[in-house]
Amino acid sequence: MNNSGFEFKDFTISHAKGAELLSITAQVAPGEILSVMGPSGSGKSTLLSAIIGNLPKAFTHTGQILLDGLQLDKRAPQHRKTGILFQDHLLFPHMSVGQNIGFGLPKMAVGKADLIAEALKDIDLEGYEDRDPETLSGGQRARVALMRTLLAEPKALLLDEPFSRLDTDLREKIRDFVFTRARAAGLPVILVTHDVEDVQAAGGQVLDLGEREL
Amino acid sequence: MQELKPIGQSALALPSKTHKNQSWGFFPVLTILVLIGPIVSGLVGTILPAFGGSFQSGLSALSFEYWGHLIETPGLARSAWLSLKTGLISTFVSLLVCLLLVASWQGTKIFLFFERLLSPLLSVPHAAAALGLTFLIAPSGWVFRLISPWATGLQRPADLLILGDPDGWALSAGLIIKEMPFLLLMSLAALSQVDTASRMRIALSLGYGQVRGWMLCVLPALYRQIRLPVYAVIVYSMSNVDVSMILGPTAPPTLSIYILNWMTDHDLALRNVAAAGAILQLALVLIGLLIWRLGEKLCALWTQRAISSGKRGAGQSDVIFRLLALIFAAASLLAIFGGLLSQVIWSFAGRWRFPEALPSSFTTRIWERHGASALEMSMTTLALALLAALIALILTIGCLEAEFRRGRVMQRAGLILIYLPLLVPQIAFLPGLQILLLQIGAGLGFWPVLMSHVVFVLPYVFLALSGPYRAWDHRFHTLATAMGKSAFVVLWRLRLPMLLAPILTAMAVGMAVSVGQFLPTLLASGGRLATLTTEAIALSSGGDRRVIGAWVLILSVAAWLPFSIALFVPRFIYRKRLGMLHE
Amino acid sequence: MKKLICASAFLAAGAAFAEPNPQNWDEVLKEANGQTVYWNAWGGSTQTNDFISWVGERVSQEHGVTLEHVKLTDTADAVGRVVAEKAAGKDEGGAVDMIWINGANFASMKEAGLLFGPFASSLPNWEFADADGKSLTTDFTVPTESYESPWAMAQVVFIYDSETVENPPKSAQDMLEWAKRNPGRFTFPQPPDFLGATFLKQMLIDLAEDTSVLQEPVGDNYAEVTAPLWSWLDEITPHFWRSGRAYPQSGPRQLQLINDGEVDIAISFSPGEATAAIANDQLPESARTFVLDKGTLGNASYVAIPYNASAKEGAMVVANFLLSPEAQLRAQTPDILGYGTVLNMEALPSADRASFEQLELGIATLSPAELGSSLAEPHPSWVARIEADWAERFSVAK
Repeated sequence: MNNSGFEFKDFTISHAKGAELLSITAQVAPGEILSVMGPSGSGKSTLLSAIIGNLPKAFTHTGQILLDGLQLDKRAPQHRKTGILFQDHLLFPHMSVGQNIGFGLPKMAVGKADLIAEALKDIDLEGYEDRDPETLSGGQRARVALMRTLLAEPKALLLDEPFSRLDTDLREKIRDFVFTRARAAGLPVILVTHDVEDVQAAGGQVLDLGEREL
Repeated sequence: MQELKPIGQSALALPSKTHKNQSWGFFPVLTILVLIGPIVSGLVGTILPAFGGSFQSGLSALSFEYWGHLIETPGLARSAWLSLKTGLISTFVSLLVCLLLVASWQGTKIFLFFERLLSPLLSVPHAAAALGLTFLIAPSGWVFRLISPWATGLQRPADLLILGDPDGWALSAGLIIKEMPFLLLMSLAALSQVDTASRMRIALSLGYGQVRGWMLCVLPALYRQIRLPVYAVIVYSMSNVDVSMILGPTAPPTLSIYILNWMTDHDLALRNVAAAGAILQLALVLIGLLIWRLGEKLCALWTQRAISSGKRGAGQSDVIFRLLALIFAAASLLAIFGGLLSQVIWSFAGRWRFPEALPSSFTTRIWERHGASALEMSMTTLALALLAALIALILTIGCLEAEFRRGRVMQRAGLILIYLPLLVPQIAFLPGLQILLLQIGAGLGFWPVLMSHVVFVLPYVFLALSGPYRAWDHRFHTLATAMGKSAFVVLWRLRLPMLLAPILTAMAVGMAVSVGQFLPTLLASGGRLATLTTEAIALSSGGDRRVIGAWVLILSVAAWLPFSIALFVPRFIYRKRLGMLHE
Repeated sequence: MKKLICASAFLAAGAAFAEPNPQNWDEVLKEANGQTVYWNAWGGSTQTNDFISWVGERVSQEHGVTLEHVKLTDTADAVGRVVAEKAAGKDEGGAVDMIWINGANFASMKEAGLLFGPFASSLPNWEFADADGKSLTTDFTVPTESYESPWAMAQVVFIYDSETVENPPKSAQDMLEWAKRNPGRFTFPQPPDFLGATFLKQMLIDLAEDTSVLQEPVGDNYAEVTAPLWSWLDEITPHFWRSGRAYPQSGPRQLQLINDGEVDIAISFSPGEATAAIANDQLPESARTFVLDKGTLGNASYVAIPYNASAKEGAMVVANFLLSPEAQLRAQTPDILGYGTVLNMEALPSADRASFEQLELGIATLSPAELGSSLAEPHPSWVARIEADWAERFSVAK
């Protein structure tokens, strides 16, 4: 056990019928961002599925993914500790903002209410506990979604085009916010994106699946 | 910060997927047992007596004696033809009206109006709708009363054969007004999985008329989804007892009525003839389905031709179709609600003779006499319905969740198994089932009745819930799992609460089905469990329209109540969650 | 637990011991206390239902028997249940404790060994029953042999609307003439409905030259005896309601047709039915009843106990109560039930006799003198043939 972040060792995803989709050998240190680019169908999302542990049946994988030295691909999804953010932030519509934030807290956490209040304050949403997530602005939702993920204490962060639906103006702000927080938490990050600006802002390694399009 | 802990060897030994399958895989198995067990054993119990055997003795000597008796029944061929004809015609017309309505009016205010009325329409039991229609269209019925004597000159009703006409048109009408809303509900559920909007955009941009464009571009995808419900309608229409008894011809009646008469004859040997008749009914249903399949093929062929012909069907024909759809749908609506209204009036009527449009005196006598017992029986009925729907719901969710976790949608065979109770005529397996229940020493009353209700409730609950359940955004699951939540927590805290509205609707559909069950309740309880339906049917044999009217109303309200709860509760619980109210 | 021990003791002593002994009435009363009796009886009439719940209250007060009315649409449903139970080998603990029964249903059950008994003549109140005068020991010519206990008398009457029918036709021949003059205004319930079958029998008796053969099982004489009936039906059927192309499916449906003004005459098996129906607004106030000049069929309604009933003692207690002067008086009261009593007035204590004599007839009910003595039901084998023959000739509309 160590703090070495992501390690992909000859990690290969293939169609169940045989054709290879992608293959990675790479290391993503804590606080570092690996940007994965490529058109749709190139396997970006499939890679995230494999990391998270819900690879569709139509695919198989070989090789290893290690997170902090532990082999990830042998673990059940809920034990992988890889937080994820999607483009539509996906706040749970039936819960209040506070309940959304609290959902990520580990079961045993003490003083949940205080933790939630503190977290909301941290993202400039003090006193928003009882608000309906539907009434939040796009930026507010993005921040709640990130905070919800971080409170679950992940060991890594996966970003599935999380900024693509935001206005240019807001996009920059949120991107900075997410990257800053991820770095502060010392998380290795994998960012799947279409947007070159995202890649530039991330400033880390880039994996371009473009040529491998099938 | 929390550390990642290594996982023990035992968990590593099994790939996680297999591990999960084991815990949920038993749901589909259990569900199929719950459905297939009673049907198969019921069929065996029905088939054996037809050849002179029984459950106990098996089939010691093959006998065709009862078949001879069956074939000699006067008018048998006509009766079988009648069942086939009315079943296919009523299914075809109700499907056509339903499709035309969706094709031409979906997205309009008028359509929204129909959609709102769907659940009350569905809660009116078949027999109640048929009784209502009887009083509307009989020569001494409401329509004639409203126009007599001033328009018709009639002081006494004319001797017209409207109800029970030998060709079964009244029967077909009664079936159409009840099956059309059912098919409409099924179509609406299926449409959520067919991308109508983009298909129609393309069709309209190519210059197709609304109706023709829809029929060519949306219908093929939609029909695949509603095929099994359509088959269920065919089977019901061809083999039902309740509507046929009220509106059907009597000289001769449909085959199912013959079977019922034999089954309840004092001549005990006729029960074997009834068994032979049940097999004939089964064969007839199969023939009906085959003919329908043939029709499907022809339609598919026509669709191909129509597409390549390039005709756009815009303009006049479009308008005519739209009008036709509207007229038919409005007529069905009027027939059901007008019938119901007439029943309500009857329940308060004192003297009411032809040609008075309204009773000449009113009384609350019937309600005073029956109110208390109806209330008491409502409790039993609703408790039974609630439990049956709940069991069906748990099994359905179990199956859908198992399917979700295996990452594989149910195969066609599985779907047919779930539909089996709707595809096998009730009259062909319930008598056999009764004997089986007795033989395994099942007690009398509540529990056997509950299990027999589950058989019929489950397909409907599955039908109502599977669409929304599958349409749930799986990313929520991914998200929560990534936060370290188990699949069970995801189900319990995210999926089920988010699906509260469709779950309650499915429950309501199931409860309405349970409330309406007559034969299963009667046979499984030995008559010892009185529900609103058994009571209503027993009382209606006395022929007092006031009593019938009151019980029709009580029954309809009992079936409608869960629907209104299903509508109200999610709106109340999520009144401050706009994201939950959009759907 | 105690029950279990009792049961096993009985088993050890042989099944015969488990059967209650009607002769030992004290023992019957003791066992009955606390039992629940499921009485399977037609549930289509509010008046009958109310009467049965009154019986329930009384037997509960007097003997601690709980009575549950299983409301049937057709007596054969209960017969079917017992048949199914026998087929499944369920020889005790059956669902049906008592059935309102007579005629063919009784004959079938008795012949198939599905009934408990003999018990009726052992009931304490049997002494009041008019066994000979009302021929309570034969049911449709089949000897009851104490396998069923009587509780009500029925006789065929015809209901008519006196506003539209001045001189009701009092013979089959008159009916034919009347129907020709008033086409579409008369019909009868479609056999195998029991009232429909009764109508055919009634017409046969009215038309047949020699009715005594009807008391014997049907023989070679069938065609000859029934010929007048078929020619009569051939002639009248085109003049029936809907030209005989549709029939009402039950007796009550006919009353509705009178009330709706669709027909003017209907057959009924209860002399008091018209009065009760007028009171319930189910018939016009002008409805009256008549009987045929040659008399009409009469029979008794009974209760029987299935061989595998769960509460035989309780059922016997109810059967006995139904024979009591108290229950019979109530049943005969026109606005309660209006059924004829099965009791022998001579055998009653004078106070009870006086109560019966003080009963008033209903507005549309004939006096006993007007009703005349009833004609005996033919042997069940006749009706089976006639029903089948009618189905052959008339059940498929031309």
